[in-house]
Amino acid sequence: MRNTSINFKSQVTIKLADVKLQGALSRLQTRFVEGRSAVIGEIDDLPATRTAAAAIRDRVLNDLEHWLLQFEQQATARGAIVHWAETGEDVNRIVAEIAAQHGVKTAAKSKSMVSEECGLNDALELAGVKVMETDLGEYILQLAHEAPSHIVAPVVHKNKEEISDLFAEKHQLPRKTGIAELCREAREVLRPAFLNADMGISGGNFLVAETGSVLIVTNEGNGRLVTTLPRVHVAITGIEKVVPTLDDVTTLVRLLPRSATGQSITNYVSVLTGNKNTEDHDGPEHFHIILLDNGRSSLVGSEMQEMLRCIRCGACMNHCPVYQNIGGHAYGWVYPGPMGSILTPLLGGLEKSPDLPNASTLCGACAVVCPVKIPLPDLLRKLREKQMERGMKSRQETFMLKAWAWLALHPAIYALTTKIGVRFMSVLGGRDKLLHSLPGASGWTNGRDFPAPAGRTFRELYQQGKRK
Amino acid sequence: MNARDKILGRIRTAQARQTTGAHVETISSHLARHPRGPLPPSPDDLVACFRERAIKLSSDVLEAKDRMEVPALLARYLDESKLPMRGVCWPSLAELPWNAAGLEMQSRPATNQDMVGVTGAFCAIAETGTLMMLSGAETPATTSLLPETHVAVLDPCRIVATMEDAWDLMRKECKQPPRAVNFISGPSRTADIEQTVTLGAHGPYRVLLILAPF
Repeated sequence: MRNTSINFKSQVTIKLADVKLQGALSRLQTRFVEGRSAVIGEIDDLPATRTAAAAIRDRVLNDLEHWLLQFEQQATARGAIVHWAETGEDVNRIVAEIAAQHGVKTAAKSKSMVSEECGLNDALELAGVKVMETDLGEYILQLAHEAPSHIVAPVVHKNKEEISDLFAEKHQLPRKTGIAELCREAREVLRPAFLNADMGISGGNFLVAETGSVLIVTNEGNGRLVTTLPRVHVAITGIEKVVPTLDDVTTLVRLLPRSATGQSITNYVSVLTGNKNTEDHDGPEHFHIILLDNGRSSLVGSEMQEMLRCIRCGACMNHCPVYQNIGGHAYGWVYPGPMGSILTPLLGGLEKSPDLPNASTLCGACAVVCPVKIPLPDLLRKLREKQMERGMKSRQETFMLKAWAWLALHPAIYALTTKIGVRFMSVLGGRDKLLHSLPGASGWTNGRDFPAPAGRTFRELYQQGKRK
Repeated sequence: MNARDKILGRIRTAQARQTTGAHVETISSHLARHPRGPLPPSPDDLVACFRERAIKLSSDVLEAKDRMEVPALLARYLDESKLPMRGVCWPSLAELPWNAAGLEMQSRPATNQDMVGVTGAFCAIAETGTLMMLSGAETPATTSLLPETHVAVLDPCRIVATMEDAWDLMRKECKQPPRAVNFISGPSRTADIEQTVTLGAHGPYRVLLILAPF
């Protein structure tokens, strides 16, 4: 997927004015935020469980090379073929080669954000393989030629009327209006795709080093179908997804669906190990696992390594006041919200996403809900520091920050300046005590008023209080 | 240098570690111990807990005196739900008195035409009301996946408290994990359209659990 995060600001303006999108986003907020809070308490000791989950991820990330080797060895011993890909293009080439090797004409695909990184579908179509997305949300997006706007609920930006119109047009069937009818129609249209596909393509939520297994969580059952029926299965995931043992992955599975969709467990948790035995009735004859780097290894051992703990639950975006107002498309790449504001610049280049590290109020909600305790606001702040170091900030912002720093280092002048400043602003605020515009800060005051100060500084009031 | 060596080489350099025996040692000892994370408190009554959680996740639950009573219970359920009185079952269930209950049951893996699939289960998990299915020649995965109605016959003795307990049971009874372990918690569902939960996406529309002592 092409990275268009350079256009963040202009996209935000469009998204804020999009009435349909705003309606859709408020629904996401209620369902996912309330959903999580309703079930997260089922975990007996949540703080200890989050700490354990973070430690499980760190155990692997601190020795990633050896855990990857352990996974590869176990997976290979069971008959899977493990491929390594430096970039998204490499993934596309490998999948096309596998398709050619096995005479694959059609592929059924379950949701994979990593494949979105690669732009896999377009590449496979070019290679002559017909790809069918089978996750309902991704299928709708494939029909509409759109990109996902949420990593868990990819089609959150569309309402059911739009989906009704789309199905009526593309399926050439009478227009359905009920959600259950729309789901039934998609099921009936997609069932032959599962039965006829030569290849199934899936992501992988986790890789279990103990057994060489790929673990997938799904609700619709399409993940099970694409990994059971076609004769070839290709699982694509990031190199950071390794987890040591089945017990370790269970701790993460306890947190993932609760954090993501407010479910105690997803309908299906599939642990896939190796290819089909001679006596088995079902399962793929060939099982390929593709491990994608795409910039991830550059975070290992760096001050940003904690980002690799991410288990892609989406809780940070569901709870982010910025995401809640602009949706996912404005972020310009696969991953939106706080985790995307960190990952997109790290994997795609900070210079291509100058606005993303700043697209946060640093309110901290994301860090509070993150099941693996990623200090997201700290990482955003570190990216802002990097921008400052590399001279990527505007001249105005650099000047303001330098002026502030100088002022803060000279207490007497600071006291005098603020004393004058608050009195001046208090007078300007007038009777309603609001400033409608501030010189040099129109970006802030264009959208809201600035509350005028009370007329005296905190230090003055404090001194007065002490005298009483 | 191929992609594998480049990726692993970059990681090695970044972590500035030598390939020494020490790490391999830590890894193998962690794998051997496979310690558990924080667990939920163990329920007093595993069966009651399993029932309650399974119903919460939209499974139907019936209890039979013994396995011989399963066909009659299933026949009544299918009849009341106006579902077809025929289906496919796992070979281990072929000998139950299906015909006597008015059911036509074939012992074979499911195809797209089959409307009812009857399976056993390796075990079940009380914590979340979940079935654990191991794939194999005698336990085809399609039976719980393609038909619109999935019926699982479960021995209440095989209900364990947590997924960790289920893994231990698998380690004890199987040499290695089968090709596919599927944990099933109720009928397939989607909330992709307007975040409204709809049962019956690509898998079964309904899951009936029949608890029957072996």
